[in-house]
Amino acid sequence: MTIEVRNIVKKFGAFAALDNVDLKVGKGELLALLGPSGSGKTTLLRIIAGLDWPDAGEVRIDGEDALGHGASERHVGFVFQHYALFRHMTVFENVAFGLRVQPRAIRKDEATIRARVKELLDLVQLDWLANRYPSQLSGGQRQRIALARALAIEPRILLLDEPFGALDAKVRKELRQWLRSLHSEIHVTSIFVTHDQEEALEVANRVVVMDKGRIEQIGTPGDVYDNPATAFVHGFIGESIVLPVEVTGGSVRLGGQPLNIAADGAASGASKLFIRRHDMQIGPAGTGSLEGAVRHVRSFGPIQRAEIALSGGGGKTVIEIDAPRDRELQAGEIISLQPRRYRIFAAQD
Amino acid sequence: MSTPSSFVTPAPPLRAYASTADLAISPPSHHETDDLARAVASPKDLRTEPGPVRFVIIALAVSFLTVFVVLPLVVVFASAFSKGISAYFAALAEPEALSAIKLTLLVAAISVGLNLVFGVIAAWAIAKFDFRGKTFLITLIDLPFSVSPVISGLVFVLLFGAQGYWGTWLQAHDIHILFAVPGIALATIFVTFPFVARSLIPLMQEQGTQEEEAAISLGASGLQTFFRVTLPNIKWGLLYGVLLCNARAMGEFGAVSVVSGHIRGETNTMPLLVEILYNEYQFVASFAIASLLAMLALITLVVKTVLERRLDEGQTRDDPSDH
Repeated sequence: MTIEVRNIVKKFGAFAALDNVDLKVGKGELLALLGPSGSGKTTLLRIIAGLDWPDAGEVRIDGEDALGHGASERHVGFVFQHYALFRHMTVFENVAFGLRVQPRAIRKDEATIRARVKELLDLVQLDWLANRYPSQLSGGQRQRIALARALAIEPRILLLDEPFGALDAKVRKELRQWLRSLHSEIHVTSIFVTHDQEEALEVANRVVVMDKGRIEQIGTPGDVYDNPATAFVHGFIGESIVLPVEVTGGSVRLGGQPLNIAADGAASGASKLFIRRHDMQIGPAGTGSLEGAVRHVRSFGPIQRAEIALSGGGGKTVIEIDAPRDRELQAGEIISLQPRRYRIFAAQD
Repeated sequence: MSTPSSFVTPAPPLRAYASTADLAISPPSHHETDDLARAVASPKDLRTEPGPVRFVIIALAVSFLTVFVVLPLVVVFASAFSKGISAYFAALAEPEALSAIKLTLLVAAISVGLNLVFGVIAAWAIAKFDFRGKTFLITLIDLPFSVSPVISGLVFVLLFGAQGYWGTWLQAHDIHILFAVPGIALATIFVTFPFVARSLIPLMQEQGTQEEEAAISLGASGLQTFFRVTLPNIKWGLLYGVLLCNARAMGEFGAVSVVSGHIRGETNTMPLLVEILYNEYQFVASFAIASLLAMLALITLVVKTVLERRLDEGQTRDDPSDH
């Protein structure tokens, strides 16, 4: 099923939670809405589900106008960050809920409901918990039950609001992979909201980066990481070194000193130079655009992370770089740095 | 299900008290404080107060309670039975007494029933929706607690009395509100309104709206959501509010006294009859009726304790044992 969102505006008082948002989600996609808190991602999800109403705009699910229908008529599976399981019902009854509240005319008989619930509990691999109460489950189990409950109504689309937000790091990682494989198994069009870039890049096949109620970029995980469209996306996804530079004509200057890099068509004026931490080439002093003293080195795994105080500007600018361990850095050493890849964006303010 | 506590995350603090009126009806969690005190005091050298001091404090508390609570209760029953058991039951079998008991039960049934509905609606509105004037509504719900019951009664006299706003119209249409059952019920409803709403608001606010949203997204209608999700979650709090509401409805004196008109055998509730009989020196009869009210109080106390435990359990472990 496809989802189409057009020109959605949602205001809370003077604050615009969503500011003209357009989005198309294709059949069978697993899409991530990624952004910091307050970026409007959860509001957008709730509007698609029918739990919130936009001030203007259109929502179409499978081409059909969704805003004319309440949440209970949209056949949308919704998974909440804090599970929202019915605390007075067993796991079995939680999953069966959506089937039991169906209008009498289309309600299945008890045996069919039982078989369907069993099937769903098998799908989330928790059939052995059927008679427990939500309070007796771990966070990861609760979220899987919440997912089974949402799937019980055979939703046209599945919406997950920070599904792993309340879980600890290890369980989160496991559930991420589990969600991916589950999605490839059942293939329902899904959108999940997250503020965790790693989660978005690892799970989704497309990522929508949002900030301040607007969509900054839509692309594959590789796209948004390698070709960030805006300064915000570059800063938000992946670790970046950000240096304030001045672009004049074709040259780039840092603190008045010209850097040996091309402006790549960036407009003249105050700008920001973004470089990934691992995109800095290290060389002996005097061979690169930037020079600095190594202040501190920590090595772990295949990389070493070095803190470098750049020369010029009184050594006040300190950056962190990730370098391979083929050349061990020493604290106190003076080295030169040359960006291998970089992006220049106009400074916003 | 044998060791549910091991699965459970610690519950948030029971609830926030928004006003002094809360203190009167919101269930305090004695159990936790008791346990805490025991845990702290168990190693002897950690005791903060020496033995004699603790003894004096406890003795003071116990003797105060004895003089002001236990003794009056004993006196009520002693006086009621002072002329023997047969005199006691004879007093209760008097037509006036029976009529008072009937009227009290009727008024309690009406006012508890209506306050149950209104209380749930008000609590629902306050806890689950945001709207302009919400704070004002919460304050308004507390009004009956902060107004003297006599004033509450007088309000209805001003509205429905012969010289009142609607008095002439009512007389013209031969509708009796004052000095009749409707007036007594109205005054009682007014005085007991806060109990149900007040016991539900903190509970519903804490539970939030997520379960309801989940139910709706699963296709449940508004009524299905209420009866299958909301009501089961608040049932112990609701019973608690109903219990206190009932106790107050049966025991209310001030407001009812103003609107009742004291027509013997017709508009006297039990508390009113107690006073009348006492003023007529019919001590056995007076205390016999009073003993019924005292018993109601004792039963209320026991049920209240049970419900409070249920509520606390519901808070900490979502009450799996209840199925």
